[in-house]
Order: sequence, then C-alpha cells, then structure tokens
Amino acid sequence: MKTLRTKLFRDLWGMKGQALAIAMVIVSGVATYVISVSTLDSLRETRAAFYRDYRFAELFVSLKRAPESVAESARAIPGVDRVETRVAAWANLDVPGFPEPIRGLVVSVPDAGEPAMNALHLRAGRNVAPGRDDEVVASEAFAQAHRLRPGDRIGAVIHGKRKALRLVGIGLSPEHVYEVGPGAVFPDPKRYGVLWMGRKALAAGYGMEGAFNDLCATLAPGASRQDAIDRLDALLSPYGGLGAYARDDQVSHRYLTEEFRQLGTLAEIFPVIFLGVAAFLLNVVVGRLVSLQRDQVGILKAFGYPNAAIGMHYVKLIVLIVLVGVAGGIGVGAWLGRGMTRMYMAFYRFPYLHYELRASVAATAALVSVASAVVGALQAVRKAARMTPAEAMRPEPPGRFRVTLVERLGLRRILSQPARMIARNVARRPVKSALSMLGIGFACAILMLGNVQEDAVGFMVDTQFRLAQREDMTVVFVEPASARALSELRSLPGVRHGEPYRTVPARLRFGHRSYRTAVQGFPRDGGVLHRVLDTRLQPVAMPREGILMTDYLAERLGLRTGDRVTVEFLEGSRPIRDVPVAGLVGEYFGVNAYMDLYALNRLLGEGNAISGAFLSADREDRQGVYDALKEMPGVAGTVVREDAIRSFYDSMGGTLLLFTFVITLLAGSVAFGVVYNSARIALSERSRELASLRVLGFTRGEISYILLGELGVLTLAAIPLGFLIAQGITAYIAERMKSDLYRVPMVMEWSSYGFAAAVVIVAALLSGLLVRRRLDRLDLVAVLKTKE
Amino acid sequence: MRNADADRAGGSTEAVFRARGVTKVYDMGEVRVHALRGVDLDLYPGELVVLLGPSGSGKSTLLNILGGLDTATGGTVEYRGKELTRATDRELTEYRRRHVGFVFQFYNLIPSLTSLENVSVVTDIAAEPMRPEEALALVGLADRRNHFPAQLSGGEQQRVAIARAVAKRPSVLLCDEPTGALDAATGIVVLEVLERINRELGTTTALITHNADIAGMADRVVRVGSGVIQSVERNERKKSPREMRW
Ligand SMILES: Nc1ncnc2c1ncn2[C@@H]1O[C@H](COP(=O)(O)OP(=O)(O)OP(=O)(O)O)[C@@H](O)[C@H]1O
Ligand SMILES: [Mg+2]
Repeated sequence: MKTLRTKLFRDLWGMKGQALAIAMVIVSGVATYVISVSTLDSLRETRAAFYRDYRFAELFVSLKRAPESVAESARAIPGVDRVETRVAAWANLDVPGFPEPIRGLVVSVPDAGEPAMNALHLRAGRNVAPGRDDEVVASEAFAQAHRLRPGDRIGAVIHGKRKALRLVGIGLSPEHVYEVGPGAVFPDPKRYGVLWMGRKALAAGYGMEGAFNDLCATLAPGASRQDAIDRLDALLSPYGGLGAYARDDQVSHRYLTEEFRQLGTLAEIFPVIFLGVAAFLLNVVVGRLVSLQRDQVGILKAFGYPNAAIGMHYVKLIVLIVLVGVAGGIGVGAWLGRGMTRMYMAFYRFPYLHYELRASVAATAALVSVASAVVGALQAVRKAARMTPAEAMRPEPPGRFRVTLVERLGLRRILSQPARMIARNVARRPVKSALSMLGIGFACAILMLGNVQEDAVGFMVDTQFRLAQREDMTVVFVEPASARALSELRSLPGVRHGEPYRTVPARLRFGHRSYRTAVQGFPRDGGVLHRVLDTRLQPVAMPREGILMTDYLAERLGLRTGDRVTVEFLEGSRPIRDVPVAGLVGEYFGVNAYMDLYALNRLLGEGNAISGAFLSADREDRQGVYDALKEMPGVAGTVVREDAIRSFYDSMGGTLLLFTFVITLLAGSVAFGVVYNSARIALSERSRELASLRVLGFTRGEISYILLGELGVLTLAAIPLGFLIAQGITAYIAERMKSDLYRVPMVMEWSSYGFAAAVVIVAALLSGLLVRRRLDRLDLVAVLKTKE
Repeated sequence: MRNADADRAGGSTEAVFRARGVTKVYDMGEVRVHALRGVDLDLYPGELVVLLGPSGSGKSTLLNILGGLDTATGGTVEYRGKELTRATDRELTEYRRRHVGFVFQFYNLIPSLTSLENVSVVTDIAAEPMRPEEALALVGLADRRNHFPAQLSGGEQQRVAIARAVAKRPSVLLCDEPTGALDAATGIVVLEVLERINRELGTTTALITHNADIAGMADRVVRVGSGVIQSVERNERKKSPREMRW
C-alpha cells in the first residue's frame, strides 16, 4: 500500500491552504483550552504552595481588646492547634507627593522570631528590627503603587496620633494575596495598603500593651471547625469579639476563591465552546473533503481495497492535519497561558509562580480534536463505502429537483440567471447550507463573547458609580459616633452636602443557611448622594420596618419578601433579632442588607449612632477637605469615589480584559478559518460545474458571482444567527458567573454586534478574494478532461 | 497463472460466470429505469466475449454486476459456483481483489497519482502482479510514467486504465469500451495486449464496444438490446486485431 501513502502526501500537499486553515481553527480551540485550564491550575497550585509555605491561618477573629492571658484559654480549646495574637490598627497614611487619603491596615509582627502563622515573604529589605518603633514592612502592592523602596519614609495617623515611619522591607502575606480595603470590591493599592510593625511599638501607639485585638489559629487535624469557632466566640465575646470565622470568610481567601471559581467557569465554558466549534467545523469540513473523494473511494473499492484500509487512508490524512493543529495549539496555549498566569501573579500577590500544564490537559485537547475529525472522516468514508463501487464512481446526483421558493414566489422574473442559480443552490442542499451557516454563526458568536464581557463591566460601573454611589467621598469613623459628628463634617469648608450611614457587621440566618455581611442603615427619606437602586435603576426608599436585601443574597439564603430573617449583629451588645424582609433590590456588586438608619439603631438599642458619612464637595475644594479629614481624630479613613472607579478599571483592565483580548484574537482566527474553509470546499465541490459554465460562455465575473454570491448569502444569514447564539451563551455565562462579589448583567452594546459582524464580513471578503483568484485561474481543460 | 490453469483444468463446460434472470432497476423516485430485464448468460473459461449494443441498452450495467461493482435487483450471478448476488461486501471485495481486472468506461484514474502510481495502486495489493513499468510498456506508455492524468490525453488515460487492469494478471478481465477514445493504430495495439493476455494467461475476457468490427476478434458475440440478450453468435474464425478496420 505504498502508493496509498504517496496519494496521502500528495493530497495533503494539494490542499495545503485549506489544511492550514483547518489547523488554525484547531490551534485556536486547543490554545483556548490550554490557556484556560493551565492558568487556573497554576493559580490554584501557586496559592496552595504559598499557603503551605507561609502557614496561612485557619481561624480568624477580631475583637475589641483582650489581655494576653486570654490567648492561653484559646490554646486550651479542643481542636485548636496553635494560636497567635496580634494587634491590628486602622491608620491614615501619608505618602509624600500623594495628596489623596490612603487607608492603611497596620498589623503587628512578633518582636522576636517568626510568626507562628501568616508569615511574611520578604521581597526586598529586611524585617522590622526588635525594639524599633518607627520601622515598618509594607505590602508589595502598596509599595509598588507609590514606588516606595526600603529606606523611604511615610507618615501615619494611628489612633489619632501622627507618627513618622520608615520602610525597611517590602513583603507579601498569604493573608493579603488579594489586597482589598474594607467595603471595596477591587484592589486599589494606591489608596489602601497593609503595613507590618513590631508588636511592642504598635501596641504602645494603639493602647494595647499586654493585650491584643486580633487572633489567628490553626486547627488540629480532624478537629471540628464549627466547634472551635463556637468556643472561640464564647471565650472572646466578653472582650468584644466580632465573631470568629474560617478561611471561607477571610476576605482575601474568599475573593480569591470566588475569582478562581469564576475563572474556572470561563475556563470551562470558553474552551468547550471553542473546541466545540473547532470540532464541529472539523467534522463538517472533513466530511465534505472526504465526500469530494467519493469517486476515489469507489475506485479503490473496485480494485479490492477493503473498507478498513480506505477508512484508514482518510483517517491518516485528517489526523496529520489535526495533529499539526493540536501541536500548534498546545504550543501557543502554553506560551499565552504562562503569560496570562504571570499577569495574574501581578494582580494577586503571590511570591512565586508555579506554571503548570498537566499532560492530561494536552491529551484531552488532542483527543477531542482527533476524535471529532476522525468521526467526521469516517462518517463520510462510510457513506461512500456503503455504496457499490459503481455508484460511488458516478458523480453525486445534485439532489432531487424540487420546485424551490424561487419558482414558487415567482422570483424568476426578478432575479437574473446567476442569482436564480444561487437561490436554487442554497435551497436545494438545505442541510449543507444549514451546516455552513451554523459554522459561520458560531464563529460570529464567539467573536462577541469577549466584547460582551467588556460591555457588561462598563454597564455595571456606570450604574454603580453614576447612579447609585454619587458621593465624592466616604468618611469612615473609628467608632460609631453621634449625629454631632455629621454636623461637624457638614460644616467643614468646601463640603456641599453630607449624608449619614450606619454599618454593622452581622450574620444573617434563614433556616440552616447563613451569610456574613454588614447591615447598612440609611436615612429613610433617601439620599441624594448614596442610593439603593432596583433592577430598573429606580431609587428605592428604606422601609419603615424590616430589611431590604440584594436579590442574590435572598436567593442564597432561600428566602422571599415577607419571610423573617434572623440577624445576629456582631457589634456592641451583639443582639439577635428577627426582622421581616421588606423587599429585594437587584444589585450587581456585593451582597448587601439595608435598613432605615433609625430602625437599625432601634434594633441595636444604641440611640442615634452613625458609622460615617457620604460627602460631596466641588473638585477645587476637595484637597482642603481631605486635609481637614486627616486631622480629625475620629476619622478612620476616607474613600474617594473617582479612585474607586479608576481602580476598578485598572484591575479589570489587567485581567478580564486581557483574557477578552486573547479570546477575541483566537475567535477571529476561528472565524476566518470557518469562512475560508466553507468557501474552499464550495469551490472544490463546484469547480467542475463552474468550469462547464465557463465553457458554455459564462464570464469569470458571472461564475464568481454564482459561487461567492452563495457564500455571501450564507454569511449574511449566519450573522443574525450568530447574534442569537451569542445571546444564549452570554445568558448562560452570566448565570454561571453569579457570585457574591458581583453579578454580570446581560448587556450587549451595538459595537459588539458591529465588531463581530465586521470581522465575519471581512473574513468572508478575504476568503472570497482568495477563492476568486483560484476561480480566475480555473483550468477549464484540465477540469473537464479528468474524471467522468 | 494459477487461476488460468484452474480455468483450463475445470474444463470448458464449467462456466466461469452463470447469470440467470438478472434484472436491474434504478429507482429514481418518480421514474423507475429498467436497465436489465432478465439476462441469462454464461461465460466460459478462457474465452473472449464481445458485448455489442446500442447506447443505454444495459451493457455497462451488466458488466458492473459481473465485476462485483454493482448489485443486481433480481436474479442470480455465479462466479465459479459462488453466488455473487448473495456475497457479503467483504466477499465481494475479496473477489474483486483476487480475480477481476476492470477497465472503466470513464477511465476513473486517481488524479493525484501519476500513470505509474495509478498502476501500482493495484499491483500493491495483488498476489502475482507484473511490474507496473511492464504493464505501462505493454500499452506503449513507458515514457509517460511520471505524468498525472490531467497531463495525458483522453486516449492515454484510457491506456493507463488498461495497464492498470491487466497488471495484476487477473483471472477475468472486464473492459467497458477500452478503445472508445483511441485511433485505429493505438486501438489495435491495445486490443493486441488484451488478446495476448487472454491467450497467454487464459484470462476470461468480456469486452464492450460499439465497433462491430472488433466483434471479429471474439470467440462469441453477445448482442444486448433494451436490457435483454438479443442474440449470441459464435465466430467460426477469430480475426486478429491487425486485420481490423476502424
Ligand atoms: N445510476 C443510474 N441511475 C439511473 N439510471 C441509470 C443509472 N445508470 C444507468 N442508468 C440507465 O440504465 C440504462 C442502461 O445504462 P448502461 O450504462 O448500462 O448503458 P450502456 O449500454 O452502457 O450505454 P452506453 O453504450 O451509452 O455506455 C440507461 O437507460 C441508463 O440511463
Ligand atoms: Mg456503457
């Protein structure tokens, strides 16, 4: 069968352009899969290694203040393995040359020796020297954002006292991989930073000598987590404990897990779609390629080649093409995957990178591609082999003649002869036409998927920051304060408007489900600045009684309007109250519960306390307001709205949008591959017929019009189909991506539709041009001389 | 050669092919075309039979069925006592591979293979084939061995097709208008090749033609018309191809 091998390589060479286009689609499909899965694997692996190497704690609890001796009792709790006490303080930071307020979290490190858990990974400089009260190690994100180096100085207001600090090191901690300020959803390293300071020095500045206000613990193997949490809570509640929680509720870990879950969803959906489209295309293209050779199948059969040998011949041909694609896809995927992982490393703070591409991932990609191609090829071979050789060697009948729509609608008179041929060709081979359309439709759909993510993000930011959070800045008090504090803020020069708010950490319980969040209180008459919106973007007034919550939270707790939810407040006297759910609000960010400010205070039994205020100020007055706020001892920090928007885009820009860009690029090559293949196959299938038409006196233009017109009609029909497919997929992604961090709404801008349509049309034009060149060179004599 | 010997050993009374009541209907939806309407025919070992008949009379259909390339709608066809009409696909494949050399009316060369390779495709899987070069030389195309079908004239393609059919030294040779595209001189060369194979190897040969003159070289002449055998004549004296007029 040496000659068959010759035929194999010659056929392959003869269709090299098309083989390349097919390989390109496979490269894209496989690369998407490899990128997605390897990035996710690498991130998970890296996180696990970091947690292990730097002893990430398993239980966390903040409290008001407890004497150090309480730590012994904590250690004695069954199930608790090791315990570390710390002092943690909120601070206002001052970086020379940066005018805006910066919130800082200052965490103590042991004066001697390594911390038992949550160890620091030093990137530069050194640890804080024992006994030095002005030295700090800064988190890398914060240091990088301000270009701080060991030796630089920064100012801090801790507990109302101003202190000059010297940066001696830059570090990373497993506790702050995702370094995000309280209440924020995205990291903003310019305006939020973590500092580590010697225990003695911080305690002295914070009035915590011989005491602690933060405790971490690890669990003994096999211990009950819930039991340990309950006992810790019982132990610490006399000391103002805010409720112990496990890693699942630890901010950095929770956000990471959530992000990984979403990334995992994308890593599942996109490759399935891409590989699916590639597989579908392969199946169709390969089927049609083999069908083109059905007379050769007949000849080989006539000479006594067994079906298995003929099948093998085509399988080899196809597998060769596919393997080139798979190898390319794995290469490109590994390269881009490594790049993506590196980008994520910069976004999340990990000390090192473990890029991991499992062999099973590569094997799966290869298997899916090869299998779908082989199935497509075998289907076609089987179809040809089932016929008697005599039948297979005859040209395929053009299908039963049917009175097509053209005739029925009387379009005969309107359409020119070539136009009628186009219409008839499309209508007479409905399955083939439908498959071509579906292929191009899918290509169009995946082109939209990337952009749709961007659209949704833009829409979320717009509603959140231009309609809901319209304050210029949010002031956070150190402790709940009286209404007098608000008047003080309002009277600051430059402040135009001020609204109070209250926020109380709480655990909401309904049945056996619970969720830890904060209940926020706003004045009932509704604010001008900070508003709660429903899904139709209308402001919602606070109910006189009861609680409002994000619909997603209600879904998680499994409750409906009218149900009574148990609120366990984690502040003050920690009352537990049953509150009716007065309504639900549809929000894209976070998971929130809202009450009327006075009703909330009544529940807490605390008079008219507020936790802070939303302020507005004219742009030129803002600097003065920031400066004044920095001097106020009761103010723990200030969050500036515009910065929040910017930080959102900065972080989104780095990750989601990069993914989007890569996806769009790959989608583009898929689109081109699909369209080009459709055109080329149509050309091969029809070249004989078209050459005959040329001989009968049709011009080049006319036969091009017949072939490319058909491609054009199918492409134009496929675009709206692609839009529909994209909507379906987007709705599915939105549903799967829902998390308590954010819910991506289904928003599709006109520009996304336009972009996808444009790429498909350009791909069609380009393919048309390439095919047109071949049509012009159609060798009439050669085509008519061979075969039949 | 083994097959040829077997043919002779079997005696001339034992038919190589026995066709009885063979019908073939092409079902085209609204129309049913009756290509064969009950054909009875025996072909004997080592004989050369010419099938004559007007266009559309069913000659190709009959030859295809004998060669195992097509299936009959009704009736039976036996090849050396084995019923082809009941054979499985695998058995038919084996039959074509071991016993049949076929020249198609439309040549059906594989366009991506050269002349030589088009012959090798068959010799690759044959038991005792000639060398492909030798087969090409028989039809006078030794110097065109590296040309692709598209680079050959119609007649040259037809000769490659004949070389391909004889190269495996088949026990039966079925040729559908093997000289249709050839001029007199080339046609005679080709017919001489076929005759020689028939004579030297004892290959049972059936040959379709429109040229009544060619009928002169046959042992028997079978006239086909409207799907039935109209007459069978035995030639008292076989002419050699050289004596023919075109
Ligand atoms: N695949 C087919 N479908 C429908 N009808 C067919 C098919 N093949 C052959 N026929 C019809 O069967 C009849 C016999 O055809 P066949 O090819 O056997 O004729 P022939 O005697 O070889 O003619 P020619 O000398 O022109 O080659 C013809 O009427 C032909 O139209
Ligand atoms: Mg015929």
